[in-house]
Amino acid sequence: MATKSLHKRESDLANSNRQLEILSNGIFQNGELPTFKSKISETNQFPLKAKKLEILQINVGYMCNQVCEHCHVDAGPDRKEIMTRETMLQCLDVIKNTGAHTLDLTGGAPEMNPDFRWFVEEAAKAGIKDFIVRSNLTIIRANKKYYDLPEFFKKHNVHVVSSMPHWTRGKTDKQRGDGVFDKSIKALQELNAIGYGMPDSSLRLDLVYNPSGAFLPGDQASMEKDFKKALKDDFDIQFHNLFAITNLPISRFLDYLIASENYEDYMYSLVEAYNPTAVANVMCTNTLSISWDGYLFDCDFNQMLELPVNSKVKHISEYNESLLEGRNIVISQHCYGCTAGAGSSCQGVVA
Amino acid sequence: MQKTYYDPADLKKFGKISEWNQELGDKFFEYYGKVFEEGALTAREKSLIALAVSHTEQCPYCIDAYTKDGLQRGITKEEMMEALHVGAAIKSGATLVHGVQMMNKVNKLEM
Repeated sequence: MATKSLHKRESDLANSNRQLEILSNGIFQNGELPTFKSKISETNQFPLKAKKLEILQINVGYMCNQVCEHCHVDAGPDRKEIMTRETMLQCLDVIKNTGAHTLDLTGGAPEMNPDFRWFVEEAAKAGIKDFIVRSNLTIIRANKKYYDLPEFFKKHNVHVVSSMPHWTRGKTDKQRGDGVFDKSIKALQELNAIGYGMPDSSLRLDLVYNPSGAFLPGDQASMEKDFKKALKDDFDIQFHNLFAITNLPISRFLDYLIASENYEDYMYSLVEAYNPTAVANVMCTNTLSISWDGYLFDCDFNQMLELPVNSKVKHISEYNESLLEGRNIVISQHCYGCTAGAGSSCQGVVA
Repeated sequence: MQKTYYDPADLKKFGKISEWNQELGDKFFEYYGKVFEEGALTAREKSLIALAVSHTEQCPYCIDAYTKDGLQRGITKEEMMEALHVGAAIKSGATLVHGVQMMNKVNKLEM
């Protein structure tokens, strides 16, 4: 189990250029596998273009109380990049004027940003309808100052989306760290106790499943059924939906794939599972990702690869919706992760 | 000529068997796909059966394929190993139940 980020370990793979090189060389350079660009060109889907903006996904910082093996953010306690109130104010200006209906807060553990609560309160005042916080659950139990987070979420009708790789302790702790499973269960029970995730409750609680290894997620609907049954039977826990998300071959997951000699097989699996129907609805077509320092990206993955939006507008301070709409999405081979099988996005399957 | 009988990369070429007999190949893959669809048994249950049979058939390609398939379906290590013991029990049972034939023969031949 990793305890330090790739950045802290000064790993070669902490460098986004190195990751992009790996994704373009080898099996994609010698033509063994088609590049993402040539694959989507087969169905005349290149260039991929941004449609109307619906979701603003803001990464409020890379700091996290966990160091998950597969983390594409390379988040951890040693990451100090954190969004300032000044950048948040710039985001709020955009929120007030945008047509986007959903604000999606992610990290790191977004709750660890010292201005997190202030930002949620201000964004609620600005009239955001659907408010997502991507919570790792354990943060709620990590420190006394976070114990009242469930109540805070409830007060602002925050839609909580939480990672849960499996309904068994072994598989969960292997991916996310020792003790994570028990803390997550406790946090879910607390959320249930105040109404989150209960049938017909308007307090939305969804879980995210991503595979704990070099394989793709199974069918989202059957996984949801299995998760619901096991969590209800074993811990009396309820939740609304399960989002099955494919691990993208970047950052710590790429590091793992290479170290375990699974990289080529995994890329084969992704390419074999390529589904052109999923391309039409990949999340970059309706989402904009904003980094902790206010820069704009097509998605959280491109943010980590430091691939900025292909637009004159690069920063939240110069935001202009009409200039961003219709932009060409920046792609590389990691994009196969979002088009495999039924597709994958921060909201689960797309096809 | 390759030096080993099995190459993991050959599994990816499975579909090529149709090239030398398109009609039967197509029929086989259509049948195969249909068998593993959700039916009276769930796709998950079928995956576990396939994993156990892969072992009793001692097919390395099948073992690779259905171990991965099981992981994708969230099947646990414990479930996988239990399924294997079902296959192993039938294998050993099938050996031992023939012991009755052996006993019958001995009883018939011996004075």
